[in-house]
Amino acid sequence: MEHYNMNLTLKVWRQANSEAQGNFEIFSVANISSEMSFLEMFDVLNEQLVEEGKEPIAFDHDCREGICGMCSMYINGKPHGPWQQNTTCQLHMRAFKDGDTIVVEPWRAKAFPVIKDLIVDRGAFDRIIEAGGYVSINTGNPQDANNIPIEKKKADEAFAAAACIGCGACVAACKNSSALLFVGAKVSQLALLPQGEPERKSRVFDMLTQMDKEGFGACTSTGACEATCPKGISIANIARLNHEYIRAAVLDDTVH
Amino acid sequence: MAEKNILDNKIPEGPLDQKWTNYKGHCKLVNPSNKRKLEVIVVGTGLAGASAAATLGELGYKVKAFCYQDSPRRAHSIAAQGGINAAKNYQNDGDSVFRLFYDTIKGGDYRAREANVHRLSEVSGNIIDQCVAQGVPFAREYGGLLSNRSFGGVQVQRTFYAAGQTGQQLLLGAYSALERQVALGTVTIYNRHEMEEVVVIDGKARGIIARNLVTGEIERHFGHAVLLCTGGYGNVFFLSTNAMGSNVTAAWKAHRKGAYFANPCFTQIHPTCIPVSGENQSKLTLMSESLRNDGRIWVPKQKNDTRKGNDIPEDERDYYLERRYPAFGNLVPRDVASRAAKERCDAGYGVGTSKQSVYLDFAEAIVRYGKIECGKHGITDPSAAVIQQHGLDVVKEKYGNLFDMYAKITGEDPYLTPMRIFPAVHYTMGGLWVDYELKTTIDGLYALGECNFSDHGANRLGASALMQGLSDGYFVIPYTLGNYLADEIYNQPIPTTHPEFDKAEKEVKDRISKLLNVKGTETVDSLHRRLGKIMWDKCGMARTAEGLTEAINEIAQLRKEFWEKVKIPGSDKELNPELEKAGRVIDFIELGELMCKDALDRAESCGGHFREESQTPDGEALRHDDQFMYVSAWEFTGENPNGLLGEELHKDQLVYEVIKPTTRNYK
Ligand SMILES: Cc1cc2nc3c(=O)[nH]c(=O)nc-3n(C[C@H](O)[C@H](O)[C@H](O)COP(=O)(O)OP(=O)(O)OC[C@H]3O[C@@H](n4cnc5c(N)ncnc54)[C@H](O)[C@@H]3O)c2cc1C
Ligand code: SF4
Ligand code: FES
Repeated sequence: MEHYNMNLTLKVWRQANSEAQGNFEIFSVANISSEMSFLEMFDVLNEQLVEEGKEPIAFDHDCREGICGMCSMYINGKPHGPWQQNTTCQLHMRAFKDGDTIVVEPWRAKAFPVIKDLIVDRGAFDRIIEAGGYVSINTGNPQDANNIPIEKKKADEAFAAAACIGCGACVAACKNSSALLFVGAKVSQLALLPQGEPERKSRVFDMLTQMDKEGFGACTSTGACEATCPKGISIANIARLNHEYIRAAVLDDTVH
Repeated sequence: MAEKNILDNKIPEGPLDQKWTNYKGHCKLVNPSNKRKLEVIVVGTGLAGASAAATLGELGYKVKAFCYQDSPRRAHSIAAQGGINAAKNYQNDGDSVFRLFYDTIKGGDYRAREANVHRLSEVSGNIIDQCVAQGVPFAREYGGLLSNRSFGGVQVQRTFYAAGQTGQQLLLGAYSALERQVALGTVTIYNRHEMEEVVVIDGKARGIIARNLVTGEIERHFGHAVLLCTGGYGNVFFLSTNAMGSNVTAAWKAHRKGAYFANPCFTQIHPTCIPVSGENQSKLTLMSESLRNDGRIWVPKQKNDTRKGNDIPEDERDYYLERRYPAFGNLVPRDVASRAAKERCDAGYGVGTSKQSVYLDFAEAIVRYGKIECGKHGITDPSAAVIQQHGLDVVKEKYGNLFDMYAKITGEDPYLTPMRIFPAVHYTMGGLWVDYELKTTIDGLYALGECNFSDHGANRLGASALMQGLSDGYFVIPYTLGNYLADEIYNQPIPTTHPEFDKAEKEVKDRISKLLNVKGTETVDSLHRRLGKIMWDKCGMARTAEGLTEAINEIAQLRKEFWEKVKIPGSDKELNPELEKAGRVIDFIELGELMCKDALDRAESCGGHFREESQTPDGEALRHDDQFMYVSAWEFTGENPNGLLGEELHKDQLVYEVIKPTTRNYK
């Protein structure tokens, strides 16, 4: 692969805290190698800012391997930037050209308040899981794992849904800030598996109720979530969630 | 031999395979109505912490769990790729609890504790049952049963996996169990909180001081016991496969308060990482060891060969692992594979622009799988292209996300050209010293998972860290902690106005203001990089007495410079990532000095610790069991006038009752 260096202009959202007003600030960065990751480019900029006695830009990140789901930012209007099925930490600078201007903003959604600069609060996702995104089983004496055979196709589908990293890009991409892809992924995973069966009905109700409470918008099936999701979580999971909801409503006479 | 054990490791009496059963049968229990009155602090929500917090919550204890990320689901465990071992013998290939135990002890180069490792092997099967019951989607065969693969250092297939995302799926399982307890009100989570100090009252751990990373507020938290599940310290090398936030702060603060630090020099270097590409690289990315199941490792036979990998003909390739270690081939343990790669590169056979990498090649596996698939689909006389296509599909299904990751980072297509790999710092076998109950030398302070030292010896076999984290959290600590807490029901909670809380809080505040007041000229990262370079050069893949002695002095000097030069913008009353990093880097610097001291003391080679002075004529690690059959447990004794940290060595003698240590041979 050929490497090249570039000079870039960055327009970055700065906001001191959740109450403060935010605004864009402009920075120039020089000699950025096409081999660097987007976050390494930020590291370079931040070190430069510290040296100049300025406040570095706050952003969330941890694994830098595309799996923890922590890194979160809009890059040129797209969550996680221009590459398909990718996280910000795995975006590499060869996605850009010398002289480019790059606009960087935090996730924007009512349910994800800004904490500082590019960092938002995604606690709502944890609370949705708390509402039922689990199998109720205590640690102790479950049966032997191979006593629950699962058809490979189902297991693979469950795995594909379980691959969601909880990053929130789907919410950020959606014009209604709907969290349905995230919720659909978890509901699907557990609905596909025999282990999820006993709580199948209550789970879908409880998770959706919590989702509404957190202030996420309604799904109008525009598909922006699927197009943006770094893990390729399929919108079929939303269809399955809807199916689960109807199934539960029809089968359950104690609908709330 | 038989030097008296000055550390009481509380290994139960009796035959090895009955120790744990006997322990569980006789340990003290806490009555359910009393559990509600007992508060437990769990620091860290990775596999070890999340499983411990969830299980203790289920049992009825009042649990507070802390992590520095925005959610427990982001702990470093999420990144684990390859798999988790268990002695299920589902493949009927001769596996058993004893064999898993034996492989782990041997893999650890006879520097792990027999009783702990045996217990780990015993509970391994329950871990898989537990995770499957939670809905963890492990890989399955067409018949609907669980699938297994192999990892380095073993000759059976005992590794359970979920594509290249095993850690993610296991952690999400433990996380969902944890969130269920949050909903039930037994666990409270404090995210974006960093533990800064342990509070010790009358010799017992009674709480922690934590910093709210969003507001900067310093908080006091009481607990009848404190569990550190804070992971490993590989980031002391700056570049490693660890998550960026991984650090030693919690363990180091505990060490400074009296917890012994064990085997700090035992670092695992993983053989298959994407090589370093540039100056500003912030981390190294692992390519799971499971790739060595199918990928073959080679370098050109000719020095400084500049041809592309695909252009080098078969008979000009040196499959050096298969050549040197015919019995295990590409599946030799990590330390052996790493050193062999370094040896080839040092000798001038490395590939890539930096010449610091070797090939990991899937071409042959693609053809082999392709033929099998054609057979399965009844395709007779398939063309090479058809075979290739079917083979690619199989490899994609098995390792797809790893290949994608490689392509994103390097810009090369690993389906078409061999990957380039090089060893990198990956895991730390050292950690806080714990006894059989996972208790440190501070009463009431426990260490679980990668944070302790106990189960891996001088090296860790693949797929055993996940196993240990979950074993400690789901199956060990619920018993051993109960044994301690049974006596604590007589003690009322201690109010956080206690003078020891005042004192600990003052220490934290003083340290933070000292950091902010240096107002120097050097960034935290640049100081960290300097430390990393010393560590990698002198305490990395090969070590000498001379280099280590130099390193100790250089690190002491670096520590001095840190306190004169570090530059931290912003204040402590806000979210301040530079301040967070600075606190962690100074702890790494202090730890680095101890790692070098420990490496200097251990004048033998074993596992990940290779002292150049101690090797066999053909370059293999040479142990000295007569002198070093011990766990080094270091006690912090204060700062010395000469600028070095005071550390006193205690020895926890290793006694092998069942296994006879022999030369580790993978030939
Ligand atoms: C890329 C990669 C691949 C791997 N693949 C495998 C594999 O295939 N198989 C295998 O067995 N092992 C694998 N490992 C190793 C394994 O993942 C880790 O050893 C294991 O997950 C560690 O778990 P843990 O619970 O001990 O710690 P971690 O998961 O590291 O969790 C540490 C926790 O402590 C918290 N914490 C730390 N310090 C503080 C503090 N001061 N205050 C508050 N919170 C704190 C963090 O927030 C986090 O929640 C891999 C590791 C890496 C890096
Ligand atoms: S569904 Fe996709 S975009 Fe949404 S949180 Fe999960 S991984 Fe992120
Ligand atoms: S930092 Fe973990 S996904 Fe990007």
